[in-house]
Amino acid sequence: MSTRAEEALDRQATPWLFACAIATALPHAAHQAYWLSAASLLLLGWAVGLWWKNERLPGRWPLILLVIAGCGGILIEFRTLFGRDAGVAMLVLFMAMKLLELKSRRDAMVVIVLGYFLLLTHYLYSQSIPTGIWLLLALWLLTATLIRLHGGASSTRSMSLRYAARLCLQAVPFMLVLYLLFPRISGPLWGLPSDAHAGMTGLSDTMSPGSISRLAQSADIAFRARFVDTLPARHKLYWRGPVLENFDGTTWRPHIGQGTPAALDKLSPSVRYELTLEPHNQRWILALDAPVHLPEGLLLNATLAATQRQPVTERQRFQLAASLDYRFNVAEDSRTLQRNLSTPVESNPKARALALVWRQTSGGPKEIIRKAQDLFAAEFTYTLQPPLLGQNGIDEFLFTTRRGFCEHYAGAFVFLMRAAGIPARVVTGYQGGEFNPLDSHLVIRQSDAHAWAEVWLDDQGWLRVDPTASVSPARIETGIVDALAFDEPLPALVQLRTDWLRNLRYRWEAVNNAWNQHILGYDPQRQRELLSRLGLPETDWRSLATLLGIACSLLVAAMTAWTLYQRPRLDPALRLWQKALRQLARRQVHCAPWETPMALAQRVREQHPALGEPFQNVVDAYLRVRYDDANDNLTPLREAIARLRR
Amino acid sequence: MMLKSKISALPGPPQPFDKILNDAGQIILGKHTEIRLALSCLLAGGHLLIEDLPGMGKTTLAHTLARLLGLQFSRIQFTSDLLPADITGVSIFERDKSEFRFLPGPVFAQLVLADEINRATPKTQSALLEAMEEGQVTAEGQTRPLPRPFFVIATQNPTHQIGTFPLPESQLDRFLMRIELGYPDRSAERELLATGNQRNRAEALVSRISPAELPAIQQAIAKLHAAAPLIDYIQALVDATRHDPAFQHGLSPRAGLALLSAARAWAWLDGREIVIPDDVQAVLPAVARHRLRTAQTGGQAQMEDIGRLIRSVAIP
Repeated sequence: MSTRAEEALDRQATPWLFACAIATALPHAAHQAYWLSAASLLLLGWAVGLWWKNERLPGRWPLILLVIAGCGGILIEFRTLFGRDAGVAMLVLFMAMKLLELKSRRDAMVVIVLGYFLLLTHYLYSQSIPTGIWLLLALWLLTATLIRLHGGASSTRSMSLRYAARLCLQAVPFMLVLYLLFPRISGPLWGLPSDAHAGMTGLSDTMSPGSISRLAQSADIAFRARFVDTLPARHKLYWRGPVLENFDGTTWRPHIGQGTPAALDKLSPSVRYELTLEPHNQRWILALDAPVHLPEGLLLNATLAATQRQPVTERQRFQLAASLDYRFNVAEDSRTLQRNLSTPVESNPKARALALVWRQTSGGPKEIIRKAQDLFAAEFTYTLQPPLLGQNGIDEFLFTTRRGFCEHYAGAFVFLMRAAGIPARVVTGYQGGEFNPLDSHLVIRQSDAHAWAEVWLDDQGWLRVDPTASVSPARIETGIVDALAFDEPLPALVQLRTDWLRNLRYRWEAVNNAWNQHILGYDPQRQRELLSRLGLPETDWRSLATLLGIACSLLVAAMTAWTLYQRPRLDPALRLWQKALRQLARRQVHCAPWETPMALAQRVREQHPALGEPFQNVVDAYLRVRYDDANDNLTPLREAIARLRR
Repeated sequence: MMLKSKISALPGPPQPFDKILNDAGQIILGKHTEIRLALSCLLAGGHLLIEDLPGMGKTTLAHTLARLLGLQFSRIQFTSDLLPADITGVSIFERDKSEFRFLPGPVFAQLVLADEINRATPKTQSALLEAMEEGQVTAEGQTRPLPRPFFVIATQNPTHQIGTFPLPESQLDRFLMRIELGYPDRSAERELLATGNQRNRAEALVSRISPAELPAIQQAIAKLHAAAPLIDYIQALVDATRHDPAFQHGLSPRAGLALLSAARAWAWLDGREIVIPDDVQAVLPAVARHRLRTAQTGGQAQMEDIGRLIRSVAIP
């Protein structure tokens, strides 16, 4: 005898499963290797074609070959079958292959379970609002398909969808309870494989011509800041990243090793703000210059850059403070100063010569600095598309091409200063940002990436000098969009010059930010705060689990009570009848819901002749009290049922 | 009538309907269910449509019922040139009295057999159907009541035959039931061949009841008890047709009423004073099939559609 699971799948149910496979696998196409998406699409097309023409599905051997080929492809692509990317690729591929094996209800169930599992994997890649909405819709579709499979051909599309929607809505209270009370773990819940954080954009810890202008072509958000009081003036918004002290002729690199601890004199009251950093897989926190109060867990290095022990691999929030006017390391140790005076020997002779002339003809460092700024202000062009530079890049830039982005100006300026005998270094980070009036957040994008210079003067310590400001004051005062010509390759999102489009973008970013801050940002800290507000100050995972259990049980109890309350009162005659039906079920006679009592009695007579007469008596008594409103004497029915049991 | 203590052990049709069913069974061989349905239809005060191929015994069944119930019988053979006046009657001028006199048409009978109704033009069809609905005939500005009781048994060939005007849904709805006779089974056919012309034998039947008794019986049937669970069941069935995508449209409220009255008549013919779900399921195909159209073919609902409908509704 065949079980329900081995029953053939009805033809009308198959398109549902195709839709499920598409809904659950499609978003992975955005980050998967093209051949994987193409292969899955081909398999799906094949399955749909076979279904359309009502042809036989491929046999066992072709399928086994397909599995081997698929695993082989994944091994070649990823060199492993495990890990996030390889694992997900395998699931997607197997989902497509399973569509070629849709013979019985069991196969359909496998597709559904695989679909539910695939839903989860999307969160390993994205936790954005569109992803959330898509996955909720896919969850709805999967549940509707499950209902369709159980309901058989008689359950219609709208019925299945409606019922699934109701089920999903009923799950919402549980979802909320789990969201609020499930013990939160800082960091990812699962030990993510090492490849999970590859491919994030952000500042790198070296700088060479082109490295920042490339970054500036991305509209991705680097971080957001919200100031507690007022927003500082735009030209003071320098967000400090890595400080680069070593130069080899083309590339600037940070100095590895200890320096003098930073000594900071605050010259203005500190500004407090909250920084929400997008993951960039590096250790630095892009704090506003100069950071004065760092929360626990953050370190301030000798170059005034804030860092964290672990790379930022997920969105993180910090409460920070900055002093916008400051004096920094007036007493710098000589080794650091020496380091910041060195230039690679025999590189860029013309620039070196110019610096030497300045040094001999000037009254002091301040005059040299002004001369360099004047030079840039006179004949240089600020552009995202500078010409390529050769061996003596700074010479070429200063005397021939005269077109460059901030890294060119910062690099050339520092080189000139060092050659003229002033300790100088490159600081990378971000400058400015865009204020979203809707949620009062300052949004800093990769296109705001910037490089500037720092020079050390005798009684003033390290002083910020931004050579880009001399070339293009607009870059610092109003932002990169106004500083560049129209035909520069800035991302369209950053360039929006129409008001309503910009407004739309503000709105979308405000919604996204709220989602990040309040939904995704619900971390152990916030959970503790919420619970203590509920009167539970001390919480460990044990008490959380207890609370979770209690909340879920209460929900289940409430829903059960509601269902029971909603259920129509059972007629006593009907209750007795159901008792009799249970008696029959024990003898393997099952009554279909649509079967009339008389028809059932007839069937009982045929299947169990000995039961025929006693059951007929039950039926007679039941019909007489159930279908006659004037008769409410249940005794004959009770007696008949008692006789049936004997 | 006393209700016996056991429903399954009822004596069967009350006097004299046991004899009527028996006699009719002698003429229309092997069609007990159809005869019972036809009789239920007339007892419920409804009109009956019999649809089948020529020669299946449609006319004989109508004849038989008319004779057994002692009803005044008239037959109208519908043809494409039949006019409304041919049914309702005409006024002729009497020269000696110098006035018009109304000659009633064949519709003025207690049981009218409208043979091959779908051969006539829609105009003529509607003249009959109006008489069925109103119980009266309006001709030449004067309304004349039809005799009581008044039954119409219409027969029609399957509508896809050549030279037919299919009845529109609105008019099909006026027939309480539509039945098909179908081919007789082997033994019935053999008996038929052996015994000869059934129509002549029908002529020889004697009436078992006087037409004056019928209205009282119809009233008794209309008062038969239908409990709340049974009403629930009928409502659920009607509701299911309205939400079932297999049908183009659902059953009308009139169809629901028809279902209940037909079920009552069926229960009464069983000798019961209560109506049970079996009665509803028994009459459902005859009451519902001509009122439903399948979404797939647009044709009338098939037996399988009704079976599926029954299986989709739980008995409350």
